[in-house]
Amino acid sequence: MDPIYLDNNATTRVFPEVVQEMLPFFSEQFGNASSIHAFGEDVGSALRKARRSLQALIGAEFDHEIIFTSGGTESNNAAIRSALAANPQRTEFITSAVEHPAILSLADWLEKHEGITVHRIPVDKEGRLDIDAYREALNSKTALVSFMWANNETGTIFPVDGLAELAHEAGALFHTDAVQAVGKVPIDLKSTEIDMMSLSSHKLHGPKGLGALYVRKGVRFRPLLRGGHQERGRRGGTENAPAIIGLGKAADLTLATMAGDLPRIAALRDRLEEGIVEKVGHCFVTGDARDRLPNTTTIAFEYIEGEAILMLLNKQGIAASSGSACTSGSLEPSHVLRAMDIPFTAAHGAIRFSLSRETTEAEVDRVIEAVPAIIDQLREMSPFWSNEGGKAEFNPEYA
Amino acid sequence: MWDYSDKVKDHFFNPRNAGALAEANAVGEVGSLSCGDALKLMLKVNPETDVIEDAKFQTFGCGSAIASSSALTELVIGKTIDEARALTNQDIAEFLGGLPPEKMHCSVMGQEALTAAVAAWKGEELDEDDHEEGALICKCFAVDAGMIERAIRTNKLTTMEMVTFYTKAGGGCSSCAEPLEELLSDVNAAMVAEGVISADEAFVFGAAPAPAPKKKATGFVIPDMPPPPPVTPAPEPISIQPIKVKPANAAKLSPAPVITPEPARSGRTSAQEAIVIARVIEEMRPVFQADGGDVVLLDVEGNKVSVEMKGACAGCQIASLTLGGLRKRIREELGRDFVVVPAPKN
Repeated sequence: MDPIYLDNNATTRVFPEVVQEMLPFFSEQFGNASSIHAFGEDVGSALRKARRSLQALIGAEFDHEIIFTSGGTESNNAAIRSALAANPQRTEFITSAVEHPAILSLADWLEKHEGITVHRIPVDKEGRLDIDAYREALNSKTALVSFMWANNETGTIFPVDGLAELAHEAGALFHTDAVQAVGKVPIDLKSTEIDMMSLSSHKLHGPKGLGALYVRKGVRFRPLLRGGHQERGRRGGTENAPAIIGLGKAADLTLATMAGDLPRIAALRDRLEEGIVEKVGHCFVTGDARDRLPNTTTIAFEYIEGEAILMLLNKQGIAASSGSACTSGSLEPSHVLRAMDIPFTAAHGAIRFSLSRETTEAEVDRVIEAVPAIIDQLREMSPFWSNEGGKAEFNPEYA
Repeated sequence: MWDYSDKVKDHFFNPRNAGALAEANAVGEVGSLSCGDALKLMLKVNPETDVIEDAKFQTFGCGSAIASSSALTELVIGKTIDEARALTNQDIAEFLGGLPPEKMHCSVMGQEALTAAVAAWKGEELDEDDHEEGALICKCFAVDAGMIERAIRTNKLTTMEMVTFYTKAGGGCSSCAEPLEELLSDVNAAMVAEGVISADEAFVFGAAPAPAPKKKATGFVIPDMPPPPPVTPAPEPISIQPIKVKPANAAKLSPAPVITPEPARSGRTSAQEAIVIARVIEEMRPVFQADGGDVVLLDVEGNKVSVEMKGACAGCQIASLTLGGLRKRIREELGRDFVVVPAPKN
């Protein structure tokens, strides 16, 4: 049986066309784009083309607003540190409680070691931002606001356009971590007030080890990595040419088919979650049903634990992921589900299925077939599950 | 993915003795939903011989928790109560060909359930009245001093990290770090005195780096006790809501329109502009109302339009759709850009 990959928010398959595009730039056109000879020239023009492809995908006004980096994490670090360094008189940073660790662990560090005041804006049970808390946190000391465009676990979309405008009213810069959003929602940066945006290549069928940071023209930038004059001096280091060229191709492919792909993926996602929720019972979809990535669904199954579900899915060739404690090595369920106040009865059993444009209806139907038996099998083993359906009377002395 | 041994995988995929045991006459229970794992061990003991004739388990937990429970039942069946009492979590881990260190608490959970079942059979009081033994150290995972001490002794633990791996204590909010360190150093000191471990190995109080205070989301508290029962007579909070792609959502998936350069200003006075804005909002209200919300114009000042969001539109998410859509319509009508801002809640 062919494996079914529904973990596309973790990483995606590199499109074969992308690999083809990259291959000549390893052993044939291997030059350094900075060199003044034919070897370098070829690479230089390929890089310019790739940059314009990415520019088109994100709707940036100028191609030089894109800085290539090593990935989403570097982009996020660069953006936050730049904003703080460029506005030393402002010492506060606003972000949300549900950001990726690439934001939150840096926020912890800045708070603890660098004297930055950090506001972590909470979310409601559907993962939607508390705008009033955000408004209250904004003030004349706010250097930067960073809210993710879309949540990696639930797919909930934050209204970044409006959030950026609020930041600007307070004179603060606005950054968004759009690692999960690029390629999955239409993005047109030039029509927004967003100052900086992070993205990652391997989330949209490009190669790993590459990301980009969009910095709007006119926004002051302080490099994270100082070195050569690459990226107009904003990010030193010889360009990762094959990867950049691969990302350019992935951006072309994504943009070309996006208008048709997104509604189709959303329909498949709905088919998947409706199929599972209908058949299984005692489970629910987390996140904001109205404003969600088209490819993501996280379903919380009550009274069972996520790692066990994933292991049984994996045995049937189905790859998904979990916000449960046991898969991560931490002992508590994901910070996103906790921030959403998902009850413990279900938080440990939350499974994320993330689709891609390669997902087929046949695959979705196979998962709908497989999941109920797996859930039943584990629930039968669970002391919290009574066969009548629902919670059993089980209150261990030690608990 | 964890590096599980073949035996762990075997006992997870083909658990032995899973399910309820109707004839059970000694039961041990440990864990809770909030902790992320729980085990109910059911034993059928022959009252004449004290032999455990059958054993079954019900487990809520990860792969290694289920495998450890399965292993535990295999280990105890056929043993007398006294023989079973001598089993430790090490025996469970060994039976399974080892467990990743981070998962050792699964084997400890097995031992704890067994200890509870044996005590019940013997009619012994279990920790409850013994304040010293039963003192709750880790509130996040409900781990008491007795369990931690047993795990330290059985497994010769000498670091805080290992104590967390084996018992989960200290793995949540870290607020118990100090009593935990104290307990570890006390038990280690006793073990040195008994000649079980050397003085070099022993943990000394204050040796662990101060734990970083754990940052929590503003306004959120992680419940340290099990949450209220999820299935109340009316199970609305967790009822299943089929997700439908709303027309609004579908519209959102179409590519964002390209913004054309702003045309010249309309030449209207601000009062006239405000009237146009009010009309635009009135026109759009049915759209919001159809979604169970509403939008009311409060004020227009300069290029800032303040609105009040109600119903489904209110609360936290200023749906980018709602405000973005309004903004676009206003721009279309007036030929210049306005910022549409929801008024703060009172």
